[in-house]
Amino acid sequence: MPEPVIALEGLTREFPADPPVRALSDVFLEVLPKDYLAIVGPSGSGKSTLLNVLGLLDTPTSGSYRIDGIETTTLRDGERTKLRGSRIGFVFQSFHLLAHRSVAENVMLAEVYRSRGARERRNRRARALEALERVGLSHRVDFLPDRLSGGERQRAAIARALMGGPSLLLCDEPTGNLDSRNTGAVLDLFDELRGQGLTIVVITHETEVSDRAQRRVRITDGVLVEE
Amino acid sequence: MDLRDLLNEAMAGMLARPVRTALTTLGTVLGITTLVITLGVAATAGNQIVGRFDALTATTVTVEVAENAKAAVEWDAVDQVTRLRGVTSAAAVAETKKSANLSVRSNKIIDPTRVTDQTLTVVATSTGLPGAVKGSMIQGRYFDAGHLARQDKVVVVGEQAAKMLGITRPDRAPAVFIGKHAYTVIGVLGAMQREKNLGTAVMVPPTIGKRFGIKDVTRVLINTSLGAADLIARQAPTALSPGNEAELQVIAPPSPTRARDAVQNDVNALFLILGLVSLVVGAVGIANVTLVTVMERVAEIGLRRSLGAARRHIAAQFLLESTLTGLTGGVIGASLGILAIVAVSAAKQWTPVLDLRLALIAPLAGALVGLLAGLYPALRAARMEPVDALR
Repeated sequence: MPEPVIALEGLTREFPADPPVRALSDVFLEVLPKDYLAIVGPSGSGKSTLLNVLGLLDTPTSGSYRIDGIETTTLRDGERTKLRGSRIGFVFQSFHLLAHRSVAENVMLAEVYRSRGARERRNRRARALEALERVGLSHRVDFLPDRLSGGERQRAAIARALMGGPSLLLCDEPTGNLDSRNTGAVLDLFDELRGQGLTIVVITHETEVSDRAQRRVRITDGVLVEE
Repeated sequence: MDLRDLLNEAMAGMLARPVRTALTTLGTVLGITTLVITLGVAATAGNQIVGRFDALTATTVTVEVAENAKAAVEWDAVDQVTRLRGVTSAAAVAETKKSANLSVRSNKIIDPTRVTDQTLTVVATSTGLPGAVKGSMIQGRYFDAGHLARQDKVVVVGEQAAKMLGITRPDRAPAVFIGKHAYTVIGVLGAMQREKNLGTAVMVPPTIGKRFGIKDVTRVLINTSLGAADLIARQAPTALSPGNEAELQVIAPPSPTRARDAVQNDVNALFLILGLVSLVVGAVGIANVTLVTVMERVAEIGLRRSLGAARRHIAAQFLLESTLTGLTGGVIGASLGILAIVAVSAAKQWTPVLDLRLALIAPLAGALVGLLAGLYPALRAARMEPVDALR
């Protein structure tokens, strides 16, 4: 059995209040390589908290979270940041593309904070173009994001997430700002990427998206249930 | 993170909103411009002030003869001084306490409506006096060697003395009475640049002076060419009176550099405070706008953190952005300031004095202002939690 990409054991996240708010309660989850997992649930169910914990943006109150076998809950802030930069590719609902930079520059941004040699730096644009080709956006390389359609923007954001070969593509409502046609295109892209061996976790409340995933877990009031 | 990437990101962040950046820079531009102008104009103006009294005092040497030294300097010793290389003109002057208050009248008529008796200083001088005091003959002429040889009873009066005595036409050979004797006035001396008190004096040849008890040279006035004053001050006593140098006191101009420092320090301190105040205003401007920018770019900060940027990367980027903004303001400000100095100098016909260090330090000062102004906003940006930033 291969090493799981994500392994959550007894994960709990409480927010300090009176009484404490338990956003995640004793969560167990294993995501294997090449898994395509959808996390569904109504708003306020703890979806976002789970995403933040999975993305190493937030630390759980208790429990264990291993990514590629590395225990993350005991890591210091700087190490978690490094791990986040190298192992996780984020895809956001609102794309988060820098408005004043071309599509290629936005994609290249993914490598700015990874310490690599000077030679790697020189080939960065070539790798960005490669990533853009993977998402079918070669014809928009030097466009500014505001000249792209919503679907194209999300594909550019996915290309950015693909730079440097992450272990996990973590998507937060990736189709939330897209119409049905663009949604279909992005979902087709996910299928394709999964076919290339990528591990994908999608958080969504749209059934259209979750239906395409091979695995589905539902989160309700912080409790995770496999469907 | 590669430093080139950091610079690239900071530049892109700065140029993303060019108009805002330009307006932000404005504060620093004004501050640095003020600083450069005030320092530069102060230096330029300071130099002009010094330049003015340089021309007057830096070429002036006076040799005083000690009171108890009888006849230490002969009248014709002045010729020895004039012969020194670097001396442009020289003259010997003799006066005593007694001769300072002699009664001088222009005629013997007793006019009850006018004061005809004046108490004036009578000095005996050598023939080169008009040149030595840098004055000119307003009317008539100064006495020369011939008058001395013939022991002519002639006098020259100073400009104010002439007015007081009512002498207007020396060409008609008016007479003045010093004590009981009459003397012919042959000229009026005015426009003196040194020894201005001679304007109210009556100058007589040494041959006449003896009658009033002014016999011995008390002072020798020497003018030198620029830069020769120090040398002449050392040589003059020997030339005037070999062997009696100890009896002579030389008054030489102060060292010009010291005079310059004294003037500049006063002016600069005031202007410096002015410029620094403007710089602080500029810094507040940058801090303000950078803080607004940080708040606006929360999502971008979140994105960068999600891409693996550490807190220090975020801090470094905003710090560099504000520093670059300050540097830009500094460069523009320094350029404008130097242009203004040149313009002011051209308008006032001054020689612009540009300190090279000022031109180099001014942009750096702008960068420092930006760096300091960016500290707090950068700290705020770095402290932001990625979860909050991406919300």
